[in-house]
Amino acid sequence: MTPSRIAYITILAKDLRAELRTLQSLPAMALFATTTFVIFRFGLDRTQLSGSLAAGVLWATLLFAALLGVNRLFVAEREEGGFDAIRLAPIDRSALFAAKATALFAYLFALELVVVPIFALFFLGSAAALGPLVIVLLLADLGIAATGTLISSMAVHSRARDLLGPLVLLPLVVPLMIAATGASEPLFAAGGVGYHRFGSWLAVLSLYDLIFLLLGWAVFDFLLED
Amino acid sequence: MEPGQATDEPALSLAGLRRDYGERTALDGVGLRLGRGETLLVLGPNGAGKTTLLRILATLLRPSSGEVQALGCSLPDEAWKLRGKIGFLGHEPLLYRDLSGRENLRFHARLHGLTGEPGEARIAELLAAVGMERRAEQHVAELSAGMRQRLAICRCVLHRPELLLLDEPDSNLDAEGRELARALIGPGAGRTRVIVSHDPERFEAEADQVLRLEAGGRAVAA
Repeated sequence: MTPSRIAYITILAKDLRAELRTLQSLPAMALFATTTFVIFRFGLDRTQLSGSLAAGVLWATLLFAALLGVNRLFVAEREEGGFDAIRLAPIDRSALFAAKATALFAYLFALELVVVPIFALFFLGSAAALGPLVIVLLLADLGIAATGTLISSMAVHSRARDLLGPLVLLPLVVPLMIAATGASEPLFAAGGVGYHRFGSWLAVLSLYDLIFLLLGWAVFDFLLED
Repeated sequence: MEPGQATDEPALSLAGLRRDYGERTALDGVGLRLGRGETLLVLGPNGAGKTTLLRILATLLRPSSGEVQALGCSLPDEAWKLRGKIGFLGHEPLLYRDLSGRENLRFHARLHGLTGEPGEARIAELLAAVGMERRAEQHVAELSAGMRQRLAICRCVLHRPELLLLDEPDSNLDAEGRELARALIGPGAGRTRVIVSHDPERFEAEADQVLRLEAGGRAVAA
């Protein structure tokens, strides 16, 4: 196994172990998303949503829940010297980017395993859309993980990190959110699951993921310099 | 190269080293040569640039100007070649609070390519050397500052570095801890050491050279 792969697995395992022990990110993300769905349900006074409204409620909630995880992604590295420890090791620093992005991806997917069924229960007449929705969720999660990791690693060094992270991240993920809601909208159509322009939106999501994964891989080494 | 192996090339060579933080100068024209296996003691008041010097040698900071050679590597350009040959003990222990001592050392060992049985054996050896075997499974958050420092010393020497960069290595250690730490980071192992301290009497006898810095980061003539 190459040193980079060992470093990737080591950092990822450390993050997942710490999260399982402390539960600092996931429960907060899940609680936020569930509460938001409750607010939407009573705020909109609707028991069923469809089309663009359903897609908007789902993705706005998931995005803001994701911000909680993004904000905490590098907290241990900053507060406990993890950045220095990793910079002292003879490894490719991109392994840190890959490990953190994978950890965030795992948090998002775990979050969705819990809250998307709740969304379906609150707002959808059937669970038929959930199958194809998984593809949209996975592609969007990858994009949020890549962009979120990149922005979080920059914002964590700032005193205004809680503000700076979302301020920079939200405009960057606008194209991702447009594509995710565009792909989800026909799945939530009132007349049943549809696939109008579904493939095109998946292509946009994939392109976004590719760009930000490559960008993160390329610039992360420089971001860790003093 | 094995630690302490004789060579004409110095372990450290600094010339005109300068580091600025914005308009404030932390190091101003520092120069020295340190042979392999020798110990350099860096003294000076708070804000004299001692920690900055150590962090530059550890490749954690870039110099603003000047030449820095460490173990034959030119910094910052060849920092990637130097990492893995240095052991850095700073103000922070660089340990994750939610992991146990053993898990922390395993994390660092793997980052330095020490995996499997050799890695576990090295960790066990070091934990025994600092008297931490029975506390090894405790989370770092539950340990005293002295115990954390013992673990940090283990982390620092885990990968058998050729160059030790030690910032107040005795801090938080009791008499027993200092004695145990001495076996790992003290003189005699043939490693080159740079020690930063506020206490000249503690390390002066071990030092081959003493670098005195004054406020503003200038070296004071001995």
